[in-house]
Parts: sequence; structure tokens; C-alpha cells
Amino acid sequence: MFNSGEILETINMVRKEHLDVRTLTMGISLLDCVRGTTEETVDRIKFKIGDYAKDLVKTASDLQCEFGIPIVNKRISVTPVSLLGGGRLDYVKLARAIDEIGRDLGVDFVGGYTALVHKGMTDFERKFIATIPEVLSTTSNLCSSVNIGSTKSGINMEAVAMMGRVVKECAKLTADRGSIACAKLVVFCNAVEDNPFMAGAFHGLGEGEKVINVGVSGPGVVHSAIKDLPNATFDELAEIIKKTAFKITRVGQLMARLASERTGADFGVVDLSLAPTPVRGDSVAHVLESMGIETVGGPGTTAALAMLNDAVKKGGLMASSSVGGLSGAFIPVSEDIGMIEAARSGVLGLEKLEAMTAVCSVGLDMIAVPGSTSADTISGIIADEAAIGMVNNKTTAVRIIPVEGKETGEVEFGGLLGEAPIMKVSKVDNSVFVARGGKIPAPLHSLKN
Amino acid sequence: MKKAIVSVIGKDKKGIIARVCMELYNLNINIADITQTVMQEYFTMIMMVELEEDQVFAEVSSALKKLGEEIGVSISIQHEDIFGAMHRI
Repeated sequence: MFNSGEILETINMVRKEHLDVRTLTMGISLLDCVRGTTEETVDRIKFKIGDYAKDLVKTASDLQCEFGIPIVNKRISVTPVSLLGGGRLDYVKLARAIDEIGRDLGVDFVGGYTALVHKGMTDFERKFIATIPEVLSTTSNLCSSVNIGSTKSGINMEAVAMMGRVVKECAKLTADRGSIACAKLVVFCNAVEDNPFMAGAFHGLGEGEKVINVGVSGPGVVHSAIKDLPNATFDELAEIIKKTAFKITRVGQLMARLASERTGADFGVVDLSLAPTPVRGDSVAHVLESMGIETVGGPGTTAALAMLNDAVKKGGLMASSSVGGLSGAFIPVSEDIGMIEAARSGVLGLEKLEAMTAVCSVGLDMIAVPGSTSADTISGIIADEAAIGMVNNKTTAVRIIPVEGKETGEVEFGGLLGEAPIMKVSKVDNSVFVARGGKIPAPLHSLKN
Repeated sequence: MKKAIVSVIGKDKKGIIARVCMELYNLNINIADITQTVMQEYFTMIMMVELEEDQVFAEVSSALKKLGEEIGVSISIQHEDIFGAMHRI
């Protein structure tokens, strides 16, 4: 039997501190769906996703009802679409079919319009990447990602240059909707195969047929645990965060186990990321501020984030039989009320954000910049972020929105994507750097100093 | 037998226990244990209850939620496993 203190603690985490399971994501392999024509392949894909994920939304709703833990998003990730058919099939038609079946099933997002070009690019991958702007501007829930670098293979600078132009094109094609297509596109270094979070989820080639991955949340719970402890040392704070992360992760573990049993899927991973939402009381920035920094972005922020990220992982690891995905604190600007306010006040700039990404998951995420920002500037930002990931052996990503037609002010994306102040970007010319192409070689794995 | 925790939280007033217990009786749910306190004017009751295997959580949950709205308190029911996961290693 549980004592009333334990029961009330759990109830308060949900009622007051926004504890939720952020996403229940089903990964589905589409490798066996390839047929001789696009039409036959589309039929097979629709049938397979429709069959495998038919109970996903209902399962999430049942679990939410039985356990009283909100499951905010239901998502599907699929095999990187660029690999289907080796360029013989019409990628845009495949994309629309996947988007349509996702909508029919009632899921929030489908991820996997993805290319993995970290070492080199085939002709069909070039063709695929060129379709991303059209696809993201004409579909609603489909998300795209491109992996342009890795610690083992270096950074593909041809792909980096290309992605700067793709991001700009996405912004232009959805100029009437706040350049929303850019919010559905992530450029990765060291992308992971089992990430349940969007926009970067895809079902990796090392994965099985049908897998459930769960992303938990809980910045509000961590904030509440440490906010009234001005005299606690960092060791003490780290201990409290570990214990809190343990409890949050156990919820994710239970939901993931039951969801995989009920949908007949393999249990994949629990992603330990602290994922914020734009709601007040659900902010990673506020966790950092509660460590004693007036506004996130001020001196000490990077160290506070490093400690938080590490403690969350240490606490979460023991709570789950299988941990993976991105697993770290997210610092998206538009999706976190504390980050929005810090960026609005000018305390938090792109440079500090870049430093923060060196110690946490995942990268420059949901950053709105002026519409006049050039493709070369975006490529430069992508290259810098990829270099941090490559050298530090971690995932980094860029999800940046050059808001077409806007230079200052704010842009609103709605829902979990939130709203973002447009941040200042350096206008230094880097066109020669971007035009070089080739590869930045993989870093040394020894002589580390 | 499925074990669950019913929690009732709200401003204290007459008849909360009576109404909740009657509703559980009507739903054919056994009450195994009750603890109740009043904290800062807020009435907090936690009940350990037992549902038959074939009882549907969603129906019980919506009946309790409706009752909560009628009497002006928040009533929720959660499978006990969530508390076990969080508080027991």
C-alpha cells in the first residue's frame, strides 16, 4: 500500500507540474514495401502503416485514462524515405501517401522523410533532398530530417551547403504561414535511429519491424523539486534532480512497456529528454534559472545546463530497461516560455545558445531568424553546430526558421511549436567557406585535450 | 481484480464521502481502504478500490468525473501500477 504522501506527489506532478508522456512513437519499417511502381508501393505503405498503427491512438487514450498520465502526442516514424526504391519511385507521392495515412490514423506527426548523407551522397539522395521544400509545404504532419555529419565520418559540406538552400526554400514556400515548413525540418549531426521526438524521428536501418519508443517530459516536476532551495549545494541539487528524473522515467517505462504489449510492437527505448512546452510551469529555462541565474543565457547557464543534463541521465538510466533516443534536456526557443522570454529580453542570443548545445541535447532548435538571412549564413550555422556534435561525439541539430518577409518581431507557430521572437544573426560574408564543398574530415579519437 | 486509487480533491463541504461512496457502490466497485484529510481548507480523500477484471476504466473514470463536476470537487481514478512504478524500486 502507498502512503498518501506518495499518492499526492504523483497526483500533483500531473495536476500542477505538467508531468506527461510527451510522445508515444511507433517506428515502422517500410523496407519491404518497395514494389515496381510508385502506385504499388504507395498501396503497400498505406496498408502496412494502417495495419501496424491502427490501435496506436486508442492505446494511448486507454493508457491515459487508466493511469491518469496525459499522453500528449501520438506519432509514427518510418524508414528513411530516401532509401525506398533507390530513386526509381516518385518521392513526393510517397510523402503525400505517408502524410495522408498519418492523418487518417489520427496521429500528430509522422517522421522519416529523411536522408542520411553524412559521408557521401548518391544521385537519388540529391534528388530526394531537392524535394523536401515541396513536400513540407504541401503536407501537414510529415517531418523531415537530413543527417549531414557524424563523429566517425566527418561533415559532408556539399550537403551542408545544400541544406542552407533547402531551409530558405522551405521558408519561401510557406511564407503565408510563418515559414512553418522549416519547423518540420531538422539538420542533424550524429542522428540517432530510435528518436521518438519530432521533427527528427525516423525508424533507423538497425531497427526491427515495429517498435514503440516513448519520450517522457517533466521540466515542471524538476523545477518544482529544486525551486525553493537557494542554499542547496550543486551536489544536493544533482541528487534531487536524479531522484526526480528516476520517477519521471519510471512512468515512461511503464507506459512504453504496456503500449508495446498492447500494440504488438517491440519495446524500443525510453528517451530521457526533458521536453518543455510553451505552457508556464513546463520550462527547462526556468529549471536553470532556479539554480540562481536571473535569466537563462546569463553567465553560469552552460554549467547549470551541463549539470541538469547529466543528472537527468543518471537518474533516468536506472529507471528504464532500455534508454535511447536523444536523452537530454531540450532547449528549443519557441517551445519554452522561459527561453522565449530570455530571447525577447535580449539576454539570450544565438551565440550563447550555441555554447549551451555543446553540453546538452540537441542543438539550435526552433530558432526564428530574419527572413533576409542568406542560405550561406544558415549553412554556416549548420556547419558550426555539426562541428560541435562531431567533436563532442553527441547529437546536434539545427531547426531554424528564416521567417520570410519578417526582420524583427515575433512569429507564432501554434500548439506545441509555440512562438518565437526573431533573433539577430551575424551578417558576416561566409560564401567562400560554404562554396568549398568536400568534407570536413572526421576528428581524432585519441590525443584528446 | 484490478486495483486502483481514487483521489478526491476540492473545497471541503458536506456529503463528499457519502456521494463518492454511493457512486462507487452503484458502479459495483469495492472500497478496500480510505484515508482522508483536510489541508488548508482542501478536502483530500484517497481510496484504494477494487474493480472487476471486466470493468472498463474509461466508463468508471467518466462517471466519477461527472460526479466530481456535480459536487464541485476533482475526482480521478488511476491504476495502482502508476504509483508502484514511481515509488517502489
